[in-house]
Amino acid sequence: MIEKLPLLSLSIWLPVLTGVLMLFVTGQKHKKTSHWIALIGAAATFAISLLLLSEFDSSSYYIQFIEDKVWLKSLDIHYALGIDGFSLPLIVLTSLMTLIVVISSWNNIKFRATHYLAGFLIMGGLMNGVFAATDSILFYVFWEAMLVPMFLIIGIWGGANRVYASLKFFIYTFFGSVFLLIALIYLAKQADSFDIFNMQQMVIDLEAQKLIFFAFLIAFAVKIPMWPVHTWLPDAHVQAPTGGSVILAAIMLKMGTYGFIRFMLPIVPDASMAYAGMMIVLSLIAIAYIGFVALAQEDMKKLVAYSSIAHMGFVTLGLFISFALLKQQQVDAAVMGIQGALVQTISHGFISGALFLCIGVLYDRMHSRNIADYGGVVNTMPKFAMFFMLFAMANAGLPGTSGFVGEFFVIIASLQVSFWIAIIAGLTLVLAAAYTLWMYKRVIFGDIANDKVASLNDLNGRELSVLIILALLVLFFGLYPSPLLEIMQPSVEHFIDCNLVSKLTPEGMCS
Amino acid sequence: MLKQLLAIVLLPLIAALVVGLGGKLISRQWAHRLTIVGVATACILSINLAFGFASGQISVIEHTLYSWAKIGQLNLQVGFLIDSLTITMMVVVTFVSLMVHIYTIGYMKEDPGYQRFFAYISLFTFAMLSLVMSNNFLQLFFGWEAVGVVSYLLIGFWYKKPTAIVANLKAFLVNRVGDLGFLLGIAGVYMVFGTLDYSGVFQQVNSGFNDLEIVISDTAIWSATTFICIGLFIGAMGKSAQVPLHVWLPDSMEGPTPISALIHAATMVTAGVFMVARMSPLFELSEVALNVVLVIGATTALFMGFLGVIQNDIKRVVAYSTLSQLGYMVVALGASAYSVAVFHLVTHAFFKALLFLAAGSVIIAMHHEQDIRKMGNLKKYMPITYVTCLLGSLALIGTPFFSGFYSKEAIILAIENSQLTAATYAYWCVLLGVFFTALYSFRMFFLVFHTQERMDEHTRAHLKEPSMVVWIPLVLLAIPSVSISWFIAPQIISGEFFNVAIQVAKSHDVLSSISEMYQQPFALGLHAFITLPFWLAVSGVIVAYIFTVARPAWREQLNLKLNFINQVLRENYYFDKLYMNYFAAGGVAVGNKFWKWIDAGVIDNWIVNGSAKTVASISGQLRKIQSGYLYHYVLVMVVGLLAFLGWIYWRALHGTV
Repeated sequence: MIEKLPLLSLSIWLPVLTGVLMLFVTGQKHKKTSHWIALIGAAATFAISLLLLSEFDSSSYYIQFIEDKVWLKSLDIHYALGIDGFSLPLIVLTSLMTLIVVISSWNNIKFRATHYLAGFLIMGGLMNGVFAATDSILFYVFWEAMLVPMFLIIGIWGGANRVYASLKFFIYTFFGSVFLLIALIYLAKQADSFDIFNMQQMVIDLEAQKLIFFAFLIAFAVKIPMWPVHTWLPDAHVQAPTGGSVILAAIMLKMGTYGFIRFMLPIVPDASMAYAGMMIVLSLIAIAYIGFVALAQEDMKKLVAYSSIAHMGFVTLGLFISFALLKQQQVDAAVMGIQGALVQTISHGFISGALFLCIGVLYDRMHSRNIADYGGVVNTMPKFAMFFMLFAMANAGLPGTSGFVGEFFVIIASLQVSFWIAIIAGLTLVLAAAYTLWMYKRVIFGDIANDKVASLNDLNGRELSVLIILALLVLFFGLYPSPLLEIMQPSVEHFIDCNLVSKLTPEGMCS
Repeated sequence: MLKQLLAIVLLPLIAALVVGLGGKLISRQWAHRLTIVGVATACILSINLAFGFASGQISVIEHTLYSWAKIGQLNLQVGFLIDSLTITMMVVVTFVSLMVHIYTIGYMKEDPGYQRFFAYISLFTFAMLSLVMSNNFLQLFFGWEAVGVVSYLLIGFWYKKPTAIVANLKAFLVNRVGDLGFLLGIAGVYMVFGTLDYSGVFQQVNSGFNDLEIVISDTAIWSATTFICIGLFIGAMGKSAQVPLHVWLPDSMEGPTPISALIHAATMVTAGVFMVARMSPLFELSEVALNVVLVIGATTALFMGFLGVIQNDIKRVVAYSTLSQLGYMVVALGASAYSVAVFHLVTHAFFKALLFLAAGSVIIAMHHEQDIRKMGNLKKYMPITYVTCLLGSLALIGTPFFSGFYSKEAIILAIENSQLTAATYAYWCVLLGVFFTALYSFRMFFLVFHTQERMDEHTRAHLKEPSMVVWIPLVLLAIPSVSISWFIAPQIISGEFFNVAIQVAKSHDVLSSISEMYQQPFALGLHAFITLPFWLAVSGVIVAYIFTVARPAWREQLNLKLNFINQVLRENYYFDKLYMNYFAAGGVAVGNKFWKWIDAGVIDNWIVNGSAKTVASISGQLRKIQSGYLYHYVLVMVVGLLAFLGWIYWRALHGTV
């Protein structure tokens, strides 16, 4: 029976419809009801994503759970969905994080809480749509649509400077998207189809590839974000409410990774190969330069935001180092680089989400993100200190946590290309530990700094439950990343065999 | 067998989790009961296994637990490799850990963090065991970092103390610098051998493999094996606190004394030595790396010994002594006398844990006063601590027949036989080090236990031997500190015990010529009375006696005369200043400049907000004709589109598309 259900459509539209439904249940009277509706909707979506996970055949790279209906006949645009080893983990992650945000914002939003939760449900569904769409226009619609709830969440529920931050966020990402649309339309004309997978198996000459490369780059680099188009992220994080930051860091940045792996690398591999050097340099700047910038931050959210940029540098490094490795015929190491990038993508979702939740826990109590306002929190919140320690260590890439796995693979693969790439990437060992643990020291350790800290209450059951879930995931995938790797393995191998081959001539292309 | 191994490694973990996460459900009694049962069982099982190895019943056990990750041909597995080297470490770790657990009952009895402390040391035991029992580099790295984290948590155990939470951050970061080298070394292993399993790597080493080249610059092209060895050794330098990554160890004394004994003397800091010994087949391939190891080890052995002489904090004296002794072990590694390094590691673990716990006993009695200038004549009040500390000190300075004598003598003889370029330098360093070891050890000993009483009345009134749980571990550690070498030295030096666990190239064999005399430990001890190291040690003790007991006034005069040297030593050769003022402060300053100038200045102010302002000023004009709310985005979109199309058009004109 399960096979007959359109699971992917459900994972998209169930949360969206729940969210829309909630928009009609307003007023203080129904606050409780609407919260429960949100929780049930998010939980059901997560259950669907788990169903997808259990029904998914991880031994094959084939697109699964295919749904295909003609949407706009005259333009041959389809409502086409399907997932492979790349998109499945992202859909599960999205559904999980949406659920976590709903639980964690249970009663700390005072202003229009129902609408706030509705925003997250709608956004969760749309983001699932981004990962599930196999028609490029459908993809584009989801890609743009999900900006709207986030824009509103930052702009309405954000901090003092929320308008500047939400505009900056919107303009930055929208600016990138325009080029994406142009590229997609051009490609669709060439391929005579809006199907993403048709675009991946098509001859494009190098000059055109280079133009498309830059169009994609602008769109996806802003999302990840890569240096130097990253400055929207710290502002957006600082102003966003906790839930917004969690989703932004845990999911939205991952759309950049997904864009690279679904569009840029397979469609224009020759241009990607040609510019791999540039991309590697930009990734290293993200890792090292941003690591230093993070060290200088006085605001916890800004610090974690910069840390996110540095960690996402490993994603782009892993993806583009694989080109250099393929050139040297080192297929295994190339697989390792891509796997590392993908594991980092998922793991960073858990860790950055958890860190923003932790900062949210503090912010709810103290209404400050300033490191200097804290000190000695462990004295009054020992349980919180324990969880924060675990996530801080995971952020510093400690073996045994998921934060280690991706970075380990990418650094190991990098040395095969160049000593200097490996050592600059390896600087994260020192830098990430320095900025994360220094913050930890100033916030958590020490004697009680002021009366506010003295009156803090430790985690409540709701906060505890979400942090436990994330802690278990961080540890599980650190101690046993194999299940995650196995889901992605066939897709990665197929990706290397079929998608990264030259698209200059039809030779060697998989049909 | 597998069940036994799992029990050894997992029992301390389970105990740690139950006690650590149990919170108030676990009482103080149950906290120490559970963790002690865990580590005691691990210890008994390890000793039992060790007898199996000693009798030759067991040679090597290799077992895979599960596959951590699989990528192409590379299968990263978690598993055990138990051979004579591993079992030696397991016995040392679990035994010292057990002693420290018992001792802690007394030492921490008034501390509010009692349960947390037991959870941490039990967790440490797990981490250390998983490090030594690993059969691959990945798990080694896991254990390596895990012990680092527990060490971090324990140095900062008293988190209200400002110095403690600086010290633990410093320890972690300095170790991370070493770990960067370590990780690159591991990456090099994968690059050359295509696997991270020890057995796979060593097999290829023995059957021949293609060494690769690592290009550092056009003029510096290294052989990959040298690169691997130096990378791994940089990791060892961090963990085993070798110059110039030694700065964290003295500060780690901010932690409670039991962990100084367990982590920062007996076990974790020796992980680097163990690791290099484990990798002996690799290090044998690179004489460059061995020379580096020699120089670093010898420098640490001598120059950290100097620093021991001027310390006034009882724990810091022992800490610098530990640094210096770690240098001795590393020298042995560099001379390819890996088994001797591990031998010294074992004897040192016992006598140094003993010395630290004795120092802790003194600290309890002195109501947490650690300055040896305020002690004196404690032998009158604490006879057991006095005797055990004397035994430990005698072992440390290499008194004939004591355990430390056999291991230190072996190091000196081994380096004498070494043919490496740096061997001469190393030889003089370790020889001279003997004098300073005796000097600082007995300077402290005399100032604490002899000389006149300098403590205040209140402290003196309460001076007494601490409780039984404190002195029993001292006695139990004193026994092996005196005697362990009599039983193990002959087999270790002859190579019989470590057998295949340690591999040495024929041309680097420095032990075969001394193996014979080590067959009669007693005769060797007698012979020592006519050797130079013995008299160096004796003169060290005599000098210490003169300056502390006989003519204490001379100390002041000498201090004045040697003011400059004194200053340099007090500043730890200016390493701390350099690191704090330049690296740490410099890093933050660089970050600040990057952020304020480039991120906020150039990118945000100039490009992002600058273009927004331009758009705004244009749109200010356009606003008059349209009252749209979304003008910002639309304009940016239009401008962007036009620019892009214009660019394509321009390129088309020039015929490049």
